[in-house]
Amino acid sequence: MSHPCVVTLERDSAPRVLFAGDRLIEVDLPAGTRCIYPKPPLAALQDPLAAIRFALNHPLDSEPLHAKLRPGMKLTIAIDDISLPLPPMRRPDVRELVLTAVLDLCADYGVDDIEIIVATGVHRRMKANEVRHIVGDKIFHAYWPNRLYNHDAEDPNGLVEVGRTEHGDVLELNRRAVESDLLVYVNISFVPMNGGHKSVAVGLCNYRSLRSHHNPQSIRGSDSYMDPARSQLATDIGRMGKLAHEALDIFTIETTLNNRMFDRSLDFLMKNEDDLGARERAMLRALVVSTGKLPQSARQAIFDRFPAPYGMTGVYAGATEAVHEKTLERCFEQYAVPIEGQADVLVMGIPYISPYNVHAFLNPLLVQVLAQGYLFNMYRGVPLVKRGGTLIITHPCTDKFDHEQHAPYIDFVHRLLPETRDAVELRERYEEKFARDPALIQMFRTGHAYHPSHPFFMWYWGENGRQHVGRVIVVGADNEYIPSLLGYETAQNMDEALYQARGGQARSLDITLLHVPPIVMGDVSAGAAPRLASGNGS
Amino acid sequence: MSASYFDVDGTLVSTNLVQPTLYYLINQGTPVQSALRVGRALLRAPSMAAAELRDRRLFNELLYSAYQGMSEDRVLILAEEIFSDVIRPSLYPFARSLVASSLANGHRVVLISGALDCITKLLAEHLGAHEVIANRLEFKDGIATGKLLKPVVAGPEKARLIREHAKNNGFDLNDCYAFSDSYSDVPMLSVVGHPAAVNPDRRLALLAKAYSWPRFDLTDLA
Repeated sequence: MSHPCVVTLERDSAPRVLFAGDRLIEVDLPAGTRCIYPKPPLAALQDPLAAIRFALNHPLDSEPLHAKLRPGMKLTIAIDDISLPLPPMRRPDVRELVLTAVLDLCADYGVDDIEIIVATGVHRRMKANEVRHIVGDKIFHAYWPNRLYNHDAEDPNGLVEVGRTEHGDVLELNRRAVESDLLVYVNISFVPMNGGHKSVAVGLCNYRSLRSHHNPQSIRGSDSYMDPARSQLATDIGRMGKLAHEALDIFTIETTLNNRMFDRSLDFLMKNEDDLGARERAMLRALVVSTGKLPQSARQAIFDRFPAPYGMTGVYAGATEAVHEKTLERCFEQYAVPIEGQADVLVMGIPYISPYNVHAFLNPLLVQVLAQGYLFNMYRGVPLVKRGGTLIITHPCTDKFDHEQHAPYIDFVHRLLPETRDAVELRERYEEKFARDPALIQMFRTGHAYHPSHPFFMWYWGENGRQHVGRVIVVGADNEYIPSLLGYETAQNMDEALYQARGGQARSLDITLLHVPPIVMGDVSAGAAPRLASGNGS
Repeated sequence: MSASYFDVDGTLVSTNLVQPTLYYLINQGTPVQSALRVGRALLRAPSMAAAELRDRRLFNELLYSAYQGMSEDRVLILAEEIFSDVIRPSLYPFARSLVASSLANGHRVVLISGALDCITKLLAEHLGAHEVIANRLEFKDGIATGKLLKPVVAGPEKARLIREHAKNNGFDLNDCYAFSDSYSDVPMLSVVGHPAAVNPDRRLALLAKAYSWPRFDLTDLA
């Protein structure tokens, strides 16, 4: 018997409602299509502050935090950046709660040489109002900007070499963190690829260090990168992380959230469309119509306006690996749905947000990251779609970029992708040259642009999906050029896309719909195939 | 190998061409001489303002006519004072890191400016830049004639000079970078493969947005 989150469509099933960027669209899928829905949100902790204090006092494989504190010591606290959770959560953000508990403890023990670093890695610098949102007013006013600031991965004096792995990879980390007596890392493990050794080894490093694992080979070797046990990326980062732990005293605090992305009034967005009441159906219909009519800027403003009501479901502290093991358990408890058998066709609605476009437009390169990267990788075991199968996505693929945040992406998409889509060739021919562009480096250091290496990493992020999937068909693209640059085919509607997926023949296909967001992962076994969907569309 | 070409006034420093000139005029041998020179310059101000709107080259020629009659050694000595009192304090906070970033890439770093070469060379030394393309005063018997030697570095001429410099040094312009703050420098920005608008004026900011050129400020953290 299948899991309650796995629903097989009947002939009289209601249309499914999918994200297509910041629009919602209705699509008819054939009877027999298997729809995978997110699990209901886990219950949030009743008293998060008490849970945090308990974790600090009862750490895993480590002394309690208070035993590591002493007057006059140099303490650095690093925190995850704006890339998670998505969308940003309603205040108080869990980072504020954890920071409050840690800073209270520091005050009790006479520790006052404290700096808080936003571990941006090569992500964009966070703006003052964004930092204030995640750390809260009190901490912001006490520390910003001199003792609370963004990591600068291009500051020639701000990084220091920590060592080399047995593979010869160099790890350079933030100087203040390295020279501190204790580094406390405050994490949110929003998806299973977050946290663990990645926090310090990626969040506080530079381009030179990232190159060792942010490359096509590490992604190709990951099956999937949302399953750390089978992720080459996690293994490669782990080597760097261990190096960091040999050189630094690191106390890790990781938190997990439930998947309550939408307010209770919008809960129906994660439900089976056949189970909606009359009021919910009417509201869903109204959302479909209104997002279809409003201009893009208004739609983006609406989605930007409402932070998510995520609740904290776990908090663990102590030694990184022991902590991360617990965190992962909790993550999978929320996200993993058991699935039997792979599909010929995987259908996914591409939403308006990714870790790399908070308060900005989801540009074409990020559509690729979501389709062949993050969403393709939402599995343990075997991929949701068979090797050589078809991915159908719904998105307009608009040729639009945020000129501030995504300045380096524009050249990547319009200058490099017409040359080649081969990730290895892109890395060898262009990556280093691009990554050192003085103008783009300046935009990264003093503006709010992503590092010029970032679009390359984003292309590599889709590499295992690109190698595995036979074809990608976009439904609802507003142009032909961008899909062709990304190597995608286009279809006017879902029927046409399914017809193309069938190769123009009246054969049955195993179709699976991954109903996201919120996040859902498949624990996929290669066993019995799902019931075949009927020969014709709709 | 490639090159980075930097405009100076408004791009790397907050001063413009007028401030060093005023410094020269005010610091003459006697107060009377200074007053006379400043007075004459003020009389020319309306024509200079009109020229600035029409033609950068004409503006430069009018501005530098104020140097007529100054001795060469005085121009050179005052250049050092102007650099330390006017130019260096006006350097934008992140100008040095931008130039350093080009140097770190192995670029030939060239300052291209409508300012006088004697002042621009001091700035180049300060920033570690390799070369200067700047305006040169004409001297006869050690006295400035008030004319500029050809070529006058301004507007579209900067583009020609960059092309010539790249050709003479074997640089592929597609691999070269150019940085400027002003719409009047669009020609120079357009000849390289990697143009960037630095502290751009409104018209350049709009153009940079339309063509997806990198835009940033060196004034402070955004």
